[in-house]
Amino acid sequence: MDWNLLVANAFHAALGLNAIAYAIAAIGLNVHFGYTGLLNFGQAGFLAVGAYGTAISIVHFNVPYLVGALIGVAVAVLLALLLGIPTLRLRADYLAVATIAAAEIVRLVIGSTVYARWTGGSSGFSGAFARTFYNWNPLPAGTYSLGPVRLTADRAWFMLIGWSLVIIIALLVWLLVRSPWGRVLKGIREDEDAVRSLGKNVFARKMQALIIGGVIGAVAGIALVTGEQSVNPQTFNTQLTFFFWTLLLLGGVARVIGPVLGAVLLWLVFSVTETVLRSGASAGWVPDTLVSESQIGLVRVALVGLGLMLLMIFRPQGILGDRRELAFNVR
Amino acid sequence: MSADATSPSAPIRAQVLADVPPVPGAPKPDPILVADNVTRRFGGLTAVDVEHVEVQRGVITALIGPNGAGKTTFFNVLTGFDQADTGSWTFEGASVAGKPSYKVAQAGMVRTFQLTKALSRLRVLENMRLGATGQRGESVWRALLPFLWRDQEESITERAEQLLSRFKLDHMRDEFAGALSGGQRKLLEMARALMSEPTMVMLDEPMAGVNPALTQSLLGHVKDLRAEGMTVLFVEHDMDMVHDISDWVIVMAQGKIVAEGPPEAVMANPDVIDAYLGAHHDAPVTEAEEQQQLAEIESDIEAELSAPDESPATEPSTGGSS
Ligand SMILES: Nc1ncnc2c1ncn2[C@@H]1O[C@H](COP(=O)(O)OP(=O)(O)O)[C@@H](O)[C@H]1O
Ligand SMILES: [Mg+2]
Repeated sequence: MDWNLLVANAFHAALGLNAIAYAIAAIGLNVHFGYTGLLNFGQAGFLAVGAYGTAISIVHFNVPYLVGALIGVAVAVLLALLLGIPTLRLRADYLAVATIAAAEIVRLVIGSTVYARWTGGSSGFSGAFARTFYNWNPLPAGTYSLGPVRLTADRAWFMLIGWSLVIIIALLVWLLVRSPWGRVLKGIREDEDAVRSLGKNVFARKMQALIIGGVIGAVAGIALVTGEQSVNPQTFNTQLTFFFWTLLLLGGVARVIGPVLGAVLLWLVFSVTETVLRSGASAGWVPDTLVSESQIGLVRVALVGLGLMLLMIFRPQGILGDRRELAFNVR
Repeated sequence: MSADATSPSAPIRAQVLADVPPVPGAPKPDPILVADNVTRRFGGLTAVDVEHVEVQRGVITALIGPNGAGKTTFFNVLTGFDQADTGSWTFEGASVAGKPSYKVAQAGMVRTFQLTKALSRLRVLENMRLGATGQRGESVWRALLPFLWRDQEESITERAEQLLSRFKLDHMRDEFAGALSGGQRKLLEMARALMSEPTMVMLDEPMAGVNPALTQSLLGHVKDLRAEGMTVLFVEHDMDMVHDISDWVIVMAQGKIVAEGPPEAVMANPDVIDAYLGAHHDAPVTEAEEQQQLAEIESDIEAELSAPDESPATEPSTGGSS
C-alpha cells in the first residue's frame, strides 16, 4: 500500500474544492432545514443558478469577476423568492415538492439546446473566467509540498480563500442563529402556529431563511466554477442535493460546524475507500471478480451508504448532535 | 400560590356585570371584543354560527359547551388561525376580522392552544424569550450586531425568569421544553403568552390534562391576570372550575351562543343542561348530574354485556379531547 498516495489523495479530497463547495452548500441547507425546518430538496438548483449566473455574465457580458459573483447571488435571491412566495404559506411538504421540481427545471433549462448559445447546452462550457481570481494570488508561482502532498500555487490560493469563506459563512450563521432572529427560526421549526400566536411574522422569517440558505448555496456554486473553471449541467443533478443531506445528517443537524465536519468526513471516506480499493485491486488482494476497476467508484458510494445506515442506527443525531433532541421529534 | 387560589369558592364578582341581562348576545358596559354574524362552515357542518357576542374588559369570561360545540373553531376564527365564512369582529374598537394571526396577536389578543404547543427542542427559557414582542434582534441585520440587542435581551430574560418562578417553572429553566410534563407545558404556554404583555388572553382548555395538584395553581394564575387588569376568555369543561373563577359564562352549543350569564344563573339554566346532555355524556354540569351520568353509563355497560354481539355505540371519553 502506498501510504503517501493515500495521504495525498485524502488531503485533496477532504480539504479540496469539493469539500469546500459541499460544506458551504450544506451550511445553507442547515439554515433551511436545521434551523427553520424548511424541506429543501433542491439545493443543487441554488448552486446551479449561482454557478451559471456567474459564469455566463463573465463570459458573455464581460463583467468583472466579483460583479459576476454578485449576479450569481442575485439570481439565487430571485429563485428563492420564486419558490417561497407561492409555497411558504402552505404546509412544509409543498416547498419540498417545489424545490425538487425547480432544481430539475433549472438543470434541464441550462442543459437544453434552446439556450445553448449562452449555456453551452448539455456539455456546459469552460474557460478561464475566474482568471481575475487567480491573478489576485499573492503566492509565488510554483509547487508547494507538505509531506507527500503537492499543491500548485493556484490550488493553494483557492483552498486558502475557500476555507476562509467557509469560516466566515459559518461565523455569520453562528451569529444569526444565536440571535433573537435565530430563535424565531427555531420556533418556526418546532411549531409555526405557536410562533404566529406570539405576534411574529412567520412568512417573512421563512422567506429570509430561504433566501439566506439559497444565497449560501449559490456561493458554493460560485466556488465550484472558480475552482473548476468550467460548468456542466450534470454537476447539479438531484444526487448532489442528496449528498448535501447526507453530510448534514452525518455531521449533525442544527449545529453550525455539523455540515463542515460532514463534508470533510464524507470526502475523506470517499478518498480513502477509493485509494484502498484501487491499490488493493492492482496489488491483487481485492479479486477482480469481487470488485472490478470500473466498479470502485460505485462501491465507495455503497460503503458511504452503509456507514450512514450504521450512523443512523447507533448515532441518529449525527456526530455533533444532541440525542435528547431527537426524543421530542414527535408532534 | 396565593391563599385565594386554594379557597374553594366565593369568587370576587365584578360589579360591572351586575346590570347585564343574562341573555345570549347581551351588551356589556365596556366590551373589549365584539363579534357579529360570525359563521364558519366545514362542508355541510356549520361549526360556528354566532349572531352577536360581547366580551367585557377586565373580567374573566368562560366559554363553555359540549365537545364539538365550536369553541375552538370560534377561537381560531377570532385570532386569525382560521377563516370565517361571514362576520365581523372588533378588538378594542378596531376591526381585526381577516387579519393574519400574527397581527391579531400584535394588537394584544393572544391565545393558547387546546393541544399544547411547547417548542420542544428549545429550552424553557428560550420559549419564554420568544414570547417578548418588539425585539430589536429579530431583524436579520441587527441580529448580526449583538450590541444592538443585548441590553433588551437582558431585560427580557429578567422578565422571563420572574414569570417562570411565578409559574413554578424556574427549576426547569434550562431544560428542553419537550422534557416537561403535560401540565408543565400548559403552564409554559401560558407564561410564554404573558411574555407578550397581552391586553386579552384567550386560553383554550388550559386545565385539560393538567394534574389536579397543578390546576389549583393554574386557577390562581388566571385570577392574578384579572387582578393585573387583563381580560381573560377561557374554554373549560370542569364546571367547578368555571364556577370558581369566572365572572361571566357564555355557553355555546352546535355553533351558536345558547346562554349567557353569571355562573350560578347559567348552571341552573335548563337550556344549558339540555345542551350538555343532548350532545354528550362526558361533561357533567353538577355533581348530581355527574352521579346520574355515571348511573346511565353503568346501565349502558350492563346492557352491552347482556347483548355481547352488539358493538358498543359510544365510548366514554375524557373531557380534554375534541
Ligand atoms: N378543520 C376541520 N375540518 C372539518 N371539521 C372541523 C374542523 N375543525 C373542527 N371541525 C368540526 O367543527 C365542530 C366544532 O369543533 P371544535 O371547534 O373543535 O369544538 P369544541 O372546541 O367546542 O370542542 C366539530 O364538529 C368538529 O368536528
Ligand atoms: Mg376545543
